[in-house]
Formats: sequence, structure tokens, C-alpha cells
Amino acid sequence: MLVGFISFLNTGPFALFRWEALFKDLPVFMKSFGYTIVLSIGAILLAFIIGLLFGIVSQAKNPVTRGLVRIYVEFFQNTPLLIQVFFVYYGLPLVGVVMPVYLIGIICVGLYHGAYISEVVRSGIGSIPRGQLEAAMSQGFTYWKAMGYVVLPQAWRVMLPPLTNQAVNLIKNTSVIAIISGADIMFTANSWSSVNLHYIPAFAFAAILYFILCFPLASVARKLEEKNKKLYSK
Amino acid sequence: MIKCDIILHVPKIRVFSFFRERMLRKLIEIENVNKFYGDFQALKDISLEIEAGEKVVILGPSGSGKSTLIRCMNKLEDVTDGRIVINNIDVTKKSAPIHRVREKVAMVFQDFNLYAHKTVLENLTLAPIKVQKVKKEDAERTGMEYLERVGLADKANAYPAQLSGGQQQRVAIARALNMHPLAILFDEPTSALDPEMIQEVLDVIAGLAEMNITMVVVTHEMGFARSVADRIVFMDNGSIIETGTPDEFFNKTQNPRVQGFLSKIINH
Repeated sequence: MLVGFISFLNTGPFALFRWEALFKDLPVFMKSFGYTIVLSIGAILLAFIIGLLFGIVSQAKNPVTRGLVRIYVEFFQNTPLLIQVFFVYYGLPLVGVVMPVYLIGIICVGLYHGAYISEVVRSGIGSIPRGQLEAAMSQGFTYWKAMGYVVLPQAWRVMLPPLTNQAVNLIKNTSVIAIISGADIMFTANSWSSVNLHYIPAFAFAAILYFILCFPLASVARKLEEKNKKLYSK
Repeated sequence: MIKCDIILHVPKIRVFSFFRERMLRKLIEIENVNKFYGDFQALKDISLEIEAGEKVVILGPSGSGKSTLIRCMNKLEDVTDGRIVINNIDVTKKSAPIHRVREKVAMVFQDFNLYAHKTVLENLTLAPIKVQKVKKEDAERTGMEYLERVGLADKANAYPAQLSGGQQQRVAIARALNMHPLAILFDEPTSALDPEMIQEVLDVIAGLAEMNITMVVVTHEMGFARSVADRIVFMDNGSIIETGTPDEFFNKTQNPRVQGFLSKIINH
């Protein structure tokens, strides 16, 4: 058995020399890590701006804008992200719209998760009694200011857990950019290992890098959630 | 010369605004207002004028359109047709500066609607600071004065959820006062309260009657209506059936519908 274990460490897919090769090329992976971080931050910003704006609009009175938001949300929620990425990457250049890959990543992932976030915002606002909005309006606040000062700060507590989910999913979903050759973690792991066949270390390490990004985010959100439970009653 | 100018200047403004408020005799004018919800007509050809400083109590059975009418005055509901003019501004026009009107016509709701995420004092100061651009110190100073007035100065740093219903409604009244409004609309201010808390809120509202604020109160509290109202408006089935002084209304009415309403209330 010991012999088997040693030969496993020497020649198997988990062999030590494969890990050694990984650590030698660590800078390549760290660069892709940075690429994914920048991509994620850009997409998160876009998704939150779109989500907040459209979420508020879809609770407002105007039926036209509400309908438009509905179409946007249903389209992006019910078609695969991968198709949206392919559409922009292969389709739009045919009509003369050529964008760098990282920008395609930010726009596609941002729009996709913006649709989900706008639903989170919409239901968060819906969970706050209408009287809060009416009270603010009756004091002379405009609709948007009433949202900003009165409704959203309260809805924030309800929205935090699903928003964290969205942020974490968004970071993981940036990996679709690998398919159109964005230099992110996933692409780097894939192209690096397809040359030297060190698949296991490559993808295990890629998973660890995603984990490093997502786990603290989820933990911080959980802490905030606990803190918020005690709010308004000190 | 400059000194003299300043000294003369200050009283001039006071005198001017005093006359201006005197001149705005009709603060709220409602002309031939109809309001439909789908096929259901909630308000039928309502006309009513309320003078500055007047205390008007609107009575009537449930579903008679009292709350709808008072909510239309603040444009929380849109009228279907007719005109509502408040402080010389036609609020039924699409282009009306409704936010400017609402600053001056405060509303007190049945279920209080205090901002749940703000302390009591913050509830009082939020709109003055953000809407009326009053300095924070000034808003807090007047806010504390009004909290004192409703007997809740010691609760300034509490959150609404920590207060009883009666206390929350008194805070809501103080919040309305801190806007320094020309008028306050009360939409059934005691209907959501436990019986033992009703009186403390009514006492506060009755206390305001001494101030020169116009008040429109929708309520089911007959004793309050009798003692505080300058004029009582009785509504039934979306129409104004009768208006008159409390004495005319409670003691001298000949209208069978009013008599029927009163006999139910008194026997009950």
C-alpha cells in the first residue's frame, strides 16, 4: 500500500511534480486572478446600478417603463448567459460593433445579473409597507428621494442575503469569459493545463482562487445580516 | 443707516407674512370632485371650502369616502375630475408643484407610518432637513419642542417599534408639526389604537386646535368632533350630506340619514 501511495505521488494525476510546475508558473495564475477581480468589480458595479435603477422603476406607477423593465428581466433571466456572450462576441462584430473581450465580459455578466438584482430590489421594495412611501411623499419628498431616504434603507435588510448570492454567483459566472479567450482564471487554468496535462492542480488551484474571492464576501454579508437583525431596537 | 435698515426690515417681513396669511382666507377649495375606482364611484360631486385656521371634522359611516377625500387633498389619490385648490395652487393639474404643497399640508395616518429605521427625533427632522433645507440644529431644536408638546421628549432616541401605538401617533403628530404646516390632515388618527390610548392622542390633537393651524380630521370619535370642530361635514355613500356647526349637527339636524347615523352611534 505504501508503495502504491508513493507511486501515486510520483506519477498519478495528483503527482507532486505537477504541483511543483504549478507553483513555478504562479505569476501567470496571479495575473489571471487580477483579471478576474477587475472583471468582477466592473460587472458588479454595472449589475448593481442597473438592478437598483430598474428595480425601483418596476415598482413605480408608469406602465410603459415597467413593461420595458419586465421584458429586459424576462429576456436575460430566461436565456443562457453563454448565448448572450456568444451573441455579443460573434454576432455584434457582423454589424460593426467590436469590443475588447474584458468589456464584453463586464457588459454581458453585468446585464445578466442586473436582471436578477432588479428582481431582488423590486421584491425588497415590495416588502416595505406602502405607508412608508406615502408618509415620505406626504412630507414633500419626491418619489426618488422617498426611495433613497426612507424605503431603500429599510429594504436593504431584506435584500442583503439575496444580493450577496448574486454577487457570489456573478464572480463565478465571470468564468464564461474563458470561452471567448478572456485571460481570466478559468481560461488560464484551461490553456496552461492543456499544454502540460497538469489538469488537477490547475483546476483545483483555480477553484481555490474563486473560493478566496467568494467566501469572504459571503461571510461579511452573513455578519452584516446578524448585525442588521438587532438594528432599530437598541 | 445700515443698522436702522435691519431693525426696520425684520418686523416688515413679519407684518407682511401676517397679512399674507390673513389674505389666504380659503386654504383648501374643493370643486365638483368625482373619484372613480373602476366602476365604483368613491366621491360624488364633492364641493367644500376650508378656511385658514378652521377645524373641520369629517364624519360618516365606513366606506362613505371620508378617507378618499382627505387623501385627495394631499394628492395621495388622484381625482377623476373636478378641482382641488390648496393655498392657491391647483393640485389636480398635472404640472402642479405637488411637493411644494405637501410640505405645507401635513398628513397624519391611521397606522402612523413612522419611519421604522429612524429614531423618533430623526423622524421629526428628516423631511425638514432634506425637503425644506432647514439646518439640522434648527430642525432638532424645534423637533424637541414639539416632542415636549406631545409629552415624548424622553423618547427622542427610541425607535418607533419600541413605542406604544398611542405614543407612535403622538410622534407622528409632532413630525407633522415640525414641517410648520399651514394645515394638518388627520386620516382616522385613532382608529388603529387600543381604547386606552385613544384619549392621549385626542388630547394632543385638541391641544393643537389652539394653534392657528388648519385641521381636517376624519374620525369616528363623536365627543372629539363635538368639542374641537368649528364645522362638521357628514358624508355618506361618496357625497356630502350635511355640513354645520357641532351644535347644528348633533342637536338640530332634520336630515333622516344623519339622525339614523347618530342614533346608531349613541345607542352603541
